[in-house]
Amino acid sequence: MLGKLNWDAIPYQQPIPMAAAAFIVVMVLGVVGLVSWKGWWPYLWREWLTSVDHKRIGVMYVLLALVLLLRGFIDAIMMRSQLAVAAGGAQGYLPPEHYDQIFTAHGTIMIFFMAMPFVVGLMNFVVPLQLGVRDVAFPVLNAVSFWLTASGALLVNVSLVVGEFARTGWLAYPPLSELQFSPGVGVDYYLWALQISGVGTLLAGINMVTTILKLRAPGMTYMRMPVFCWTALASSLLIVAAFPILTATFGMLLLDRYAGMHFFTNDGGGNCMLYVNLIWAWGHPEVYILILPAFGVFSEVIATFSGKQLFGYRSMVLATMAICVLSFMVWLHHFFTMGAGADVNAIFGIMSMIIAIPTGVKLFNWIFTIYRGRLRFEVPILWALGFMVTFVIGGLTGVLLAVPPADFVLHNSLFLVAHFHNVIIGGVLFGAMAGYNYWFPKAFGFTLDKRLGVISFWCWLVGFYLAFLPLYALGLLGMTRRMQHYADLSWQPYLVVAEVGALVIFAGIIATIAQLVVSIRTRASRRDRSGDPWHGRTLEWSTTSPPPAYNFAVLPEVESVDAFWAMKQRGSAAPPQRYESIEVPQNSANGFVTAFFAVLTGFALIWHIWWMAIFGVACAVATLLAFGWTERTEVQVSGEQLAEAERARQRLLNSA
Amino acid sequence: MQQGMLDPQGPIAAAERLILINATAIMLVVVVPVIVLTLAFAWWYRASNTRARYQPEWSYSGHVELVTWAIPSMIVILLASVAWIGSHELDPARALQSEATPVRIEVVSLDWKWLFIYPEQQVATVNQVVIPSATPVEFVLTSASVMNSFLVPQLGSQIYTMPGMATRVNLQADHPGDYPGLSTNFSGDGFSDMRFMVHAVAAGEFQDWLARTRAQGASLNADAYAQLARAGLVATAQSYGSVEPMLFERIVQQVP
Repeated sequence: MLGKLNWDAIPYQQPIPMAAAAFIVVMVLGVVGLVSWKGWWPYLWREWLTSVDHKRIGVMYVLLALVLLLRGFIDAIMMRSQLAVAAGGAQGYLPPEHYDQIFTAHGTIMIFFMAMPFVVGLMNFVVPLQLGVRDVAFPVLNAVSFWLTASGALLVNVSLVVGEFARTGWLAYPPLSELQFSPGVGVDYYLWALQISGVGTLLAGINMVTTILKLRAPGMTYMRMPVFCWTALASSLLIVAAFPILTATFGMLLLDRYAGMHFFTNDGGGNCMLYVNLIWAWGHPEVYILILPAFGVFSEVIATFSGKQLFGYRSMVLATMAICVLSFMVWLHHFFTMGAGADVNAIFGIMSMIIAIPTGVKLFNWIFTIYRGRLRFEVPILWALGFMVTFVIGGLTGVLLAVPPADFVLHNSLFLVAHFHNVIIGGVLFGAMAGYNYWFPKAFGFTLDKRLGVISFWCWLVGFYLAFLPLYALGLLGMTRRMQHYADLSWQPYLVVAEVGALVIFAGIIATIAQLVVSIRTRASRRDRSGDPWHGRTLEWSTTSPPPAYNFAVLPEVESVDAFWAMKQRGSAAPPQRYESIEVPQNSANGFVTAFFAVLTGFALIWHIWWMAIFGVACAVATLLAFGWTERTEVQVSGEQLAEAERARQRLLNSA
Repeated sequence: MQQGMLDPQGPIAAAERLILINATAIMLVVVVPVIVLTLAFAWWYRASNTRARYQPEWSYSGHVELVTWAIPSMIVILLASVAWIGSHELDPARALQSEATPVRIEVVSLDWKWLFIYPEQQVATVNQVVIPSATPVEFVLTSASVMNSFLVPQLGSQIYTMPGMATRVNLQADHPGDYPGLSTNFSGDGFSDMRFMVHAVAAGEFQDWLARTRAQGASLNADAYAQLARAGLVATAQSYGSVEPMLFERIVQQVP
């Protein structure tokens, strides 16, 4: 009846997961209780859970990312404290079977459920506003994408309490991830969570590509698009091209595990090298899916706070698209040590270095944007400057690892771990935090507290260096990744410093949370009446903060790059005599309901509860069909309503 | 205290460290100015600095663009040459040039220990490998369970061990000494203890060791191998005075 599921799946004997689970359960019950007590359910359902507004969905993506950042960070600090003590003969406080789950969960969560939602959320919120349009191309599909991503995140966290998570490392290389060596449900949790969220990500990518290619304000030619839109386009094209590879690869591993097939097994003609190639054919584009939008954020932030047009716009676009194409030609640099011939290794090494050219150009262009600008040191620009300094160091170590003979000794070492944290924290996370601080006033109509924002930035920056410079050194000294304990006592001081670094980062996270709480409590005094708190250059700043559901009462006419800056230079045009009525998409529970059944199906498949899996799939399909027949999908906003809203906006502007 | 790759003890590791240092130096030529320029411009062009020039429309300069594309391109051309030559000269499969006759050692990664078979000498060891110093050693590797990666940081180049396949890496220790080795590719719960020691000894001593091992060690026959291959750790390094012929080939071909 319940497949492999029984009471043994709950890890009663292990205090750490049980405490974590208890904490999560208490938190969830607390939130549910609060919402029920305050009677917020109808509001939540109407305005958020069933919303198809790209801005609301973007905010929910970012919220998901911030919550999962906490979960992933708890994993990180557990690993750091384990390694700070497990030296010499000591085994630390985490046994291997638990430690192995933690580093797997850390990597999986941080990439798929922290970085991805953060980046996709920013794109979702910003791109339609920057393009001067009213929504994405497929608003309901957008909600489905988000809820599928959230479903995957939920399944990963369920594994904490019911069963176990994978103990394979975040890419689950076979044969270790095959049934023979990982008979438990951990790998199945990993695979189904990522299959479900992967479908969501693919749909989000398709949606974003369509939006950028087909929906732009009148006059917004490609070469007038803000650079963030260009990077969102490149990133989304990569999603569309790369995520099907991931789905197919995991699909084959699932067939091995569930249907006794032999794609990657040791016997029956399987070959694990096939998996490693396939997973990196997705995996390398994936890092550019994450970093390109971050580059876009920095381009916007640096131009805005320098009060100056971005230097070398064409170069920036060219560099972005060059990285987009090149990112598919370098996957083999993740396994130079797999025995490929010298020619193959050399070619892939050189291709990887070539990516450093457009990336270097971008850095120079940002530097020359600051040159002869007027730099205002608000929180977003701090993140941008911190990024520029930190990222070149990560770039240097990355190119070192792209030199095959150097990689032969550094591969899989802590030097590699330090490198990718250098570019993912110093690049993606700093970019996400810059974007969060930059666009928050647009999303909510009030600015974030500056002082706590600055504290958060410095804690992250200092914490990053404290946590990862020792790891570079340890890599050179011969320490490899994923060790649960080590014999060499001379490594311990470095790992203690790294632990301190993690604690400083923790202070940064606390400061970020405090910043949000303080800003909400003092929001009345930090209202952004102008809609343009940073003296912005692009169209998102031309509407109110927060923007109305339809974004723009009248679609803006675009005549140049930095369209809003140009409008401000010309002086504001007279408001139109009458407003045309417009249609905005109607709420839809499609995403929420589909995701509910996706979770049910995923859980059933993980535990081999076949009847429930069939039921879940049937219901999910029925949901899609039922919503497919919905006739009324849009509601009208009349010209009078628009005129009234615009008059209210004008009064607000005058009071600013 | 181990010094890892910073303390190379063989020609491969020494060459790899040199490449690492050279490549770092080449890149610092551009990385340091980028960091300095970023901080200097950010400071000088701060909004409160009334002496700084402000040109809000200045966003294109052909000359500057030429330089910004040219500098990284030239650095990459230089590094690409280093990578191309290095990849070929330090190809793990390439035999080392030497007067001495190379020793061939077959390596099998098991859960969670390392088995070393000396096919010509017909002895075998677990979690330790004795090699003659100043003599090229040709390691041929496979895995009897999951993927691992064989690395002796002070000797250089690592290579994956994979089931059903044989990879190879050529290394040499210049001087007698003990060099720790490890697996760098996560292989399950016992991974952290998948360590071994390379004992490099003088050529004469190597022959003595072979004779001693042959005289006293147990035999690595099918039964003994089956016992060894079972998942688990071994407490101490072991040795076998004789080995079933073609054992390595049978492991690669996955003949039970």
